[in-house]
Amino acid sequence: MSPVFEVANLKRSFGGLVVTNDVSLSMAPGDRVALIGPNGAGKTTFVNLVTGNLPPSSGEVRLGGETVTRVDAIGRVRRGLVRSFQVTRLFQDMTPAEHVGLAVLQRDGRAGRLFGRFLNMTEVMAEVSELLEKLGLAELAYRKVREIAYGQQRLLEIAVALALKPKVLLLDEPAAGVPQSDTGRIEQALADLPPDLAVLMIEHDMDLVFRFAKRVIVLAAGTIIFDGLPADVTKDARVREAYLGNYANASHVA
Amino acid sequence: MTLAVNNQSIPSRPRGGSFRRDLIGVAVIAVFAAAGYILFPDNLALLTRILAVALLVLALDLVTGYCGVATLGHAALFGSGAYAAGILSAHYGINDPLLMTLGGIVAGAVAGLLCAVVMLRAHGLPQLVLSIALIYLFHELANKASSWTGGSDGLSGIMPDPVFGVYEFDLFGHTAYFFGVALLLIAFVLLRLVVRSPFGMLCRGIKEDPLRIRAMGASPNAALAKMYVISGAVAGTGGALSAISTQVVALDALSFTQSAEALVMLVLGGTGSLFGALAGTLIFMLFEDYVSAANPFHWLTMVGVLLIAVVLFAPKGIYGTAAAYFTRRGEANR
Ligand SMILES: Nc1ncnc2c1ncn2[C@@H]1O[C@H](COP(=O)(O)OP(=O)(O)OP(=O)(O)O)[C@@H](O)[C@H]1O
Ligand SMILES: [Mg+2]
Repeated sequence: MSPVFEVANLKRSFGGLVVTNDVSLSMAPGDRVALIGPNGAGKTTFVNLVTGNLPPSSGEVRLGGETVTRVDAIGRVRRGLVRSFQVTRLFQDMTPAEHVGLAVLQRDGRAGRLFGRFLNMTEVMAEVSELLEKLGLAELAYRKVREIAYGQQRLLEIAVALALKPKVLLLDEPAAGVPQSDTGRIEQALADLPPDLAVLMIEHDMDLVFRFAKRVIVLAAGTIIFDGLPADVTKDARVREAYLGNYANASHVA
Repeated sequence: MTLAVNNQSIPSRPRGGSFRRDLIGVAVIAVFAAAGYILFPDNLALLTRILAVALLVLALDLVTGYCGVATLGHAALFGSGAYAAGILSAHYGINDPLLMTLGGIVAGAVAGLLCAVVMLRAHGLPQLVLSIALIYLFHELANKASSWTGGSDGLSGIMPDPVFGVYEFDLFGHTAYFFGVALLLIAFVLLRLVVRSPFGMLCRGIKEDPLRIRAMGASPNAALAKMYVISGAVAGTGGALSAISTQVVALDALSFTQSAEALVMLVLGGTGSLFGALAGTLIFMLFEDYVSAANPFHWLTMVGVLLIAVVLFAPKGIYGTAAAYFTRRGEANR
């Protein structure tokens, strides 16, 4: 299948520190890729670069064959490249229904409408309730975000991303900060992502990675040191070495 | 892979309220307007001035309260409306008050767009400084273009025709007052629609986290510029009302002082609520009128003390704090 998302020779440094060093990868619709790597490896920076939130020093980003390196972050979202954040960024005073409603309206180019309430727009509400139900947030639809648990906020991040109907979804540690007991719901949500969506997930929880991904990319010090099947990643000498510096023993990866 | 059993469906949304609150809002404004008319028949000029400034403070609330853009130059929009309405009458003989108001609306909106183009290039403190620079420039422009604006002598020769050709602007200010009340009611109802609309929701999001809004594919600056234009139309209406009712336009209409006072009124009443903007204007201007008459030497001291008290002890503003208190009591009693 032709790639929906391509990154070629992406580079970025902060001062003297090279954080993204000649990163290239390509994804097809339906891909389930996990991007892993020690803390500070440059994973979030990679997401910021490809989404247009940070200008690269050099390199190219292509979406559905179109080069978008010079398209701004908003333009990339509109072309179907959507991300979630490592630390949730939600509107504390707004409800889950409003979050998803706003995303749906924005996607349809109606977020600038000066009259009417989305609560009274049946098609919008149909989509809002479908998404919230799917993610188990229906009960909380009209609570303020500040009143709901962090795990549920993480699910809402995913709901907002899905409401934008992305072609490529970049999830930056979707389970970070969620107690182990609650990660099941998130894993379920990941399993239920639309089959034709290309998903790249950054994650530290290796159990989650192995259950989710069909392909694993390992980033260390800004360089891709492994790109292959999950089964092979723990056998790779360079990966073990990269992790040894950070974890007490490599069995963490195994 | 199937979804976990999911029989729950989204509960019906909490109903009612918004339309009822619109009606209550309109009723409250009407009652206050009637009470003012009955209680202070000799002071309609002051009441009309309060209406005009209330439109400015509402306009400011749109960008500051709803979008989080702090500005000390919002009178630029108000003053543009006032001069446009005044110039239409004084220089072009267009004396129909409705056309003059329309002129004020358009000029306010254009000034709003202009200010947005400059201000939205910066954030935070630099943005605030830009707003001050803008109001100085507007003020200076009006001062220098004296053949149009009358400069520091003010613009005179404004002679509005009767409203609908029937209701003459009388010496006692009855017509001006009712004209003002009508404009405020219309603006209030339209703004209630706007702040509840998808666009209003978008602006609340921008206020909290513009980067998040960008990640949803919306442009914060485009939305803010649009809100500035709407705000300009509202402030321009206030300016036009002021020109029509007083039949002069002074440079004060375009001043830093007027801008800063509007911000003080907004903070006093409570940002992010249309009622807060109205309450703040009413309280400040009545306070100003009566305290300055009673004690002309200390009125600013008292305003200062009141403001400090509000900011420290009721940071949501007088209306905002009262509303929060009653909401809490209402919930406790349920
Ligand atoms: N704006 C910035 N200025 C300077 N250095 C930065 C900046 N952003 C990130 N860095 C540095 O770049 C490196 C990579 O950071 P990044 O956040 O991409 O890592 P990460 O792989 O996402 O780590 P984690 O697993 O902890 O989330 C770090 O050393 C970080 O300190
Ligand atoms: Mg990170």
